[in-house]
Amino acid sequence: MLKNRLATLLIWLSVILISAVFVVLVLDLVRHGWAELSLAYLVDAPLDAGRGGGIGPIMVSTGLILALTISVAAPLSLATAVFLTEFSSKNSVFSGIIKRSLDVLASVPSIVFGLFGNAFFCVYLGLGFSILSGGLTLACMVLPILIRTFSEGLRAAPDEYRLAAAALGLNRAAALRHFLLPTATPALIAGLMLAIGRAIAETAALIFTSGYVDRMPDSLMDSGRALSIHIYDLSMNVAGGDSHANSAALILISLLFMINTLSSKLAYHWMHKRITCL
Amino acid sequence: MKSLLIEPDRHPKDHPGQERSYTLGPLQAGPPCCDPQTLLSIKNLSLSYGSTPALKNVSLDIYQGCITALIGPSGCGKTSFLSALNRLTDMIPTCNVSGDIHFHGINIHDPKQDVLNLRRNIGMIFQKPLPFPVSIRRNIELPLREHGIDNPTESDAIVQQVLSDVGLWAEVKDRLNAPAQALSGGQQQRLCIARALALKPQVLLMDEPCSALDPISSAVVEDLIQRLRGRYTIVIVTHNLAQAKRIANYAGFFWVSDRAGCLIEFGQCKQIFESPQHELTAAYVNGSRG
Ligand SMILES: Nc1ncnc2c1ncn2[C@@H]1O[C@H](COP(=O)(O)OP(=O)(O)OP(=O)(O)O)[C@@H](O)[C@H]1O
Ligand SMILES: [Mg+2]
Repeated sequence: MLKNRLATLLIWLSVILISAVFVVLVLDLVRHGWAELSLAYLVDAPLDAGRGGGIGPIMVSTGLILALTISVAAPLSLATAVFLTEFSSKNSVFSGIIKRSLDVLASVPSIVFGLFGNAFFCVYLGLGFSILSGGLTLACMVLPILIRTFSEGLRAAPDEYRLAAAALGLNRAAALRHFLLPTATPALIAGLMLAIGRAIAETAALIFTSGYVDRMPDSLMDSGRALSIHIYDLSMNVAGGDSHANSAALILISLLFMINTLSSKLAYHWMHKRITCL
Repeated sequence: MKSLLIEPDRHPKDHPGQERSYTLGPLQAGPPCCDPQTLLSIKNLSLSYGSTPALKNVSLDIYQGCITALIGPSGCGKTSFLSALNRLTDMIPTCNVSGDIHFHGINIHDPKQDVLNLRRNIGMIFQKPLPFPVSIRRNIELPLREHGIDNPTESDAIVQQVLSDVGLWAEVKDRLNAPAQALSGGQQQRLCIARALALKPQVLLMDEPCSALDPISSAVVEDLIQRLRGRYTIVIVTHNLAQAKRIANYAGFFWVSDRAGCLIEFGQCKQIFESPQHELTAAYVNGSRG
């Protein structure tokens, strides 16, 4: 009885503690950053190294980097996940090596990805400091997350569907297309959102790849400043940039919040659609 | 291909709207087929999972147009036996199959054998109804489309026909686009049978098709199996001895000896149940063992 009460108390305490961290963080950002927020802030170009003006070009650069990251990483990851779950046996040496490398890759600190991206994309491939280099570097960084979540989603589709499909003389590709991928879609969406969240919050991997330039980018070959870099730069290198750093951080957190909500909505919608009708 | 005992007569417009019956006349308990012709011949089939044997030296013939029932205690390898017949065992990496299985006189393990085509000809119904998570119509349409029937008029006709064949048409004709998983268990199982029938298989392997169903749904499915006799060659695994006795022409009794399944006795259903040759069979069908 007493044990039960104690456990309940501990659980509630940890819940409150965790929420408190989030609430305090957001309140602090709102307190310092709310004053600068306006529609103009979202679209205007930054002035005076970010002390004034808005974050228009930065939003554009961030969007471009993200779009590039996902459009490169998602198809690659899906193909790898399909290979790992559907076309290779569980204990094959080759897929074992792939999985092990992905696990290691997942725990590599992002600054290392930044250095690698700089050496490989910027210098070796000659892409220079550009949105392209940044996007590709982030793509490498989110590959492990995407592959992991995608394979888990596919693996969660019951084996029985595979058997039933095979018993009808369907090949593996058909079973995948018609039954396994649709079943795995909520997991695929969740994985994508996780990757987007990770990429949008990334600083270290972008410092040496997409760079600091806060002008509106003309092409993917231009350097572009991502939102997280902007926050970092304002708070570390620009005297008097604190309030703008807080505003930008508030925007970043709102974006993350929106991505999260959207992903659970989408996943729920798909799950629901699967049960009610397709 | 040899002709079936009763030619499949599949076109809906030949029998507008009327419920067709495909029985060979009045049914008796376990009548032998008029003229047994071997469709599937299994010789010395052994099967193991990794190094654990599951079946040893099983040899028997499956006769065209007849219902063959396989009985035996749990774990004696009946499901494994069925899966070997359409090479579903290929899906299990650890599973080794040895021995000869001939379908229409052609070795199914021949490298030239197209596995997908083999499985299309030898359909399988599982113990648990396994409709795909799509609509009732798509459950039937998708496999058809994968086998090259994508003309909507044709596939609609087939959908209607197979659903009528399994007695489901009246129940679902107004909600073909509803999810298949919203059907009851018995309806789902009949949908799975319809889905298999749509591919016009020659053989249907049924692994305890009634065991997950209530007695009424089970009777409906059993009645359906009766009506398929003659048009299809059916191999059915069942734990329900009374059912086997009612519907089968031939019966085989599996038992575990030396930790691997083997076929103890095979013969006409009536003989297996009424005058078994082997004492294990006698004990099992009389309910004192297993
Ligand atoms: N995928 C598998 N991997 C390893 N062993 C298996 C596998 N499937 C079956 N077996 C083993 O093979 C033996 C025969 O199993 P099988 O499923 O064929 O029996 P069964 O006669 O169908 O039993 P039941 O009546 O309970 O369905 C069992 O000992 C089982 O443990
Ligand atoms: Mg079984």
